[in-house]
Amino acid sequence: VTGDRKTRICEVSLPQNSSLCRFGDVEDGKVWKGGEWYCLSSRSGLPGWHFIPLQQPTTNTVEEPLDLIRLSLDERIYVKMRNDRELRGRLHAYDQHLNMILGDVEETVTTVEIDEETYEELYKSTKRNIPMLFVRGDGVVLVAPPLRVG
Amino acid sequence: MSLLALTLACRCVFQLFYSFFKSLVGKDVVVELKNDLSICGTLHSVDQYLNIKLTDISVTDPEKYPHMLSVKNCFIRGSVVRYVQLPADEVDTQLLQDAARKEAMQQKQ
Repeated sequence: VTGDRKTRICEVSLPQNSSLCRFGDVEDGKVWKGGEWYCLSSRSGLPGWHFIPLQQPTTNTVEEPLDLIRLSLDERIYVKMRNDRELRGRLHAYDQHLNMILGDVEETVTTVEIDEETYEELYKSTKRNIPMLFVRGDGVVLVAPPLRVG
Repeated sequence: MSLLALTLACRCVFQLFYSFFKSLVGKDVVVELKNDLSICGTLHSVDQYLNIKLTDISVTDPEKYPHMLSVKNCFIRGSVVRYVQLPADEVDTQLLQDAARKEAMQQKQ
């Protein structure tokens, strides 16, 4: 979990003076992503508060598996697909079907050749690079952070 | 504002990829099917099932295609698509990421 995705206490600067004031757990349970703060608390009720609305509210709680994927947006990920295919790329978009848009993708296709005489299994992999790729979700088996090599 | 930006600015983003593909109409893409066939063409239209219509098609991968020399336009059922290769410079990645976050939030509610 990177720094800007950790839960933070909302801070709103008072217009009248320069001191910062902190809220505890905001009633609505929303924590706004870094840069701009939007704090809405029904408990404040104080006049003169400045509220700076954020364009995209996000919840910081990870509740379902798709939330884990949301944390990986703009990060490199590893995708295992059907038919022995693997993708490594930067996640730009996804939806509930696991359709995805990946950038700077490396696709690895692994094939097994069996020697007729020795019955040895020879694993071959073919790689190719694609700058921007839409992946249909019904082929996706696994989504994970990139595997560390070495 | 681009068409994609306008569409995504409205709150109904339950069809993120439908809107995304609509913004790419007129661009050249390569559609790779689940039967390993790769078709290059101009994106003519798309629907909510991500069925794709391509015009002026040509086959990219020489070893893996049936002879489609006389075929100019085609309709591809969305469920048989494995990948769509996109022109990287036509894609606004920042916008996509923001839209994906919004879509994820709306999906939860």
